[in-house]
Amino acid sequence: MRELSGAAETGAGFGHSRLFARPSLLSRAAIALRVAVGVFIFFLILEFVTRLELVPPIYLPRASTVVRRMMELLHDPKFLSHVLATLYAWAVGLGLATLISVPIGILIGTSELAYKMSSPVIEFMRPIPSVALIPLGILLWGQGFSMKVILVAYAATWPILFNTVYGVHDVDPITVQTARCFGLKQSAILRRICLPSAAPFIFTGIRISASIGLIVVIGAELLASADSGIGSYILFVSSNGGQMDSVLAGAAIAGIIGAIINSGLGLIDRRVFGWRYLGAPPS
Amino acid sequence: MSTEAMRLDRWDSRAFRVIQSFAVRYGLGIALIILWEFAARKAGSIFFAPPSEILHRAATLWLSGKPQRLFLSDSVFQDVLPSIFRLLLGWALAVLIGIPFGILIGRSRNLSDLVNPSLQFLRAIPGPALIPIFIILLGTESTMRVTLIAFGSVWPILLNTIEGTHTVDPVQLETARAFQIPRHARLWRIVLPAAMPKIFAGMRVSLALAVILMVVSELVASTSGIGYRIQNAQIMFLLTDMWCGIILLALIGYTLNLLFLKFERHVSAWHRGARGQTTT
Repeated sequence: MRELSGAAETGAGFGHSRLFARPSLLSRAAIALRVAVGVFIFFLILEFVTRLELVPPIYLPRASTVVRRMMELLHDPKFLSHVLATLYAWAVGLGLATLISVPIGILIGTSELAYKMSSPVIEFMRPIPSVALIPLGILLWGQGFSMKVILVAYAATWPILFNTVYGVHDVDPITVQTARCFGLKQSAILRRICLPSAAPFIFTGIRISASIGLIVVIGAELLASADSGIGSYILFVSSNGGQMDSVLAGAAIAGIIGAIINSGLGLIDRRVFGWRYLGAPPS
Repeated sequence: MSTEAMRLDRWDSRAFRVIQSFAVRYGLGIALIILWEFAARKAGSIFFAPPSEILHRAATLWLSGKPQRLFLSDSVFQDVLPSIFRLLLGWALAVLIGIPFGILIGRSRNLSDLVNPSLQFLRAIPGPALIPIFIILLGTESTMRVTLIAFGSVWPILLNTIEGTHTVDPVQLETARAFQIPRHARLWRIVLPAAMPKIFAGMRVSLALAVILMVVSELVASTSGIGYRIQNAQIMFLLTDMWCGIILLALIGYTLNLLFLKFERHVSAWHRGARGQTTT
């Protein structure tokens, strides 16, 4: 399991340890204030560096210019339709990856034979970078929606798969044996013991995949010059006279969406699976 | 049963077990390759070349050189090795930047809370979206590609180092302070070892990320590299060449991961002993 278990440890961010180490010392308002102050300082540093004009501002615009452009973009229905196209492909791809990898992960996690048989194939397929499949994807599925979805699904499959395998493997064997003693059927054991106890791991996998997936969609849109999406917007403005403020604004909006998705899923994780961190401490 | 027969029998069962474990481990992979071979031959689709053809093509692409150069062809020296070099250099930069800054930030709770949102934001920016800026600032040479790899792969290391620094046992740290153990010794002897497992996990994730970014950096404004070859093959409609590149990337990623695991096991062997359990 050692090769695979690393995947379960790389949950993004460091929210969990805080929950465990400092329960309710800071009120929510204080945390929000801290986030705001942190972001503001970050902005000030960027503004200061860009005002030094080490590089002409046409190439590297000021941070405030980029923020103003971001505000404009967020009111631009055309840009918002690009955002929607990106999010739509992302969601479908992520859903597809979940539907594929959770059942396979449960199979591999519960059967030692299946685990042994599949691990060389998985270990070989996993390192293929999704971006290296963009040229193949363009030839097979064109530059539109299906190419994006398939690439996202490919990239998002691995973290979900590994975390599912890890989670199912991690089920307390005594609980399973007890259930068996009480005459529970295999399907009932799976549904009532394995799945609930693996659920937090599966969710962690989905959360990791969500961040990766968003990066992959936007990357695919940009590199494959797709017809719609944030990535294709960035490609358009950078090749049309190099409007760097728009390029950076698009990239920053992509970053903010990614951060929101990640922290949103982290919040759900702590709400729904908080017991996982409060019961036995994660070693 | 005679002893002779028993020995034979035992040998048989051992041979059987070896064959069985081999079949279990590689059976599925071999079956899939054979299936692919037959399906590709039968379908005759230009998109899916049979594995035998890909292997043949890979041999002519990369192993057709002169004997004094280990049979490696020019393409290995022009595309493959420079790609791997940039990948490792970018990743090494990410490690050298990520770990010190991670410890610096992680030592202070308040500072970590303050920078966390900005780091989450920076990490979520897709690498390809920054290529236009990187090209303008750094040109289209290796510098730009290495910087892109380093920029994209630094975040998992940085975030994991911060998180790992938080897992330091405060009692150990207080004890060390009470015994007036100097700052740098506390760092090397207590903080770093405690954070090591998390740091390694981050380094491994970012190594995989660096492979991706290497390809990304070669898909734009490039004239050499594995990524460039794959894209070029797509434009020229040389699908077998494209498959060769994809499989080469899988091999590189697989090997790097394997080497890193070996290295990690070597370095952190004491840790498993110290905690009395395996922690990856």
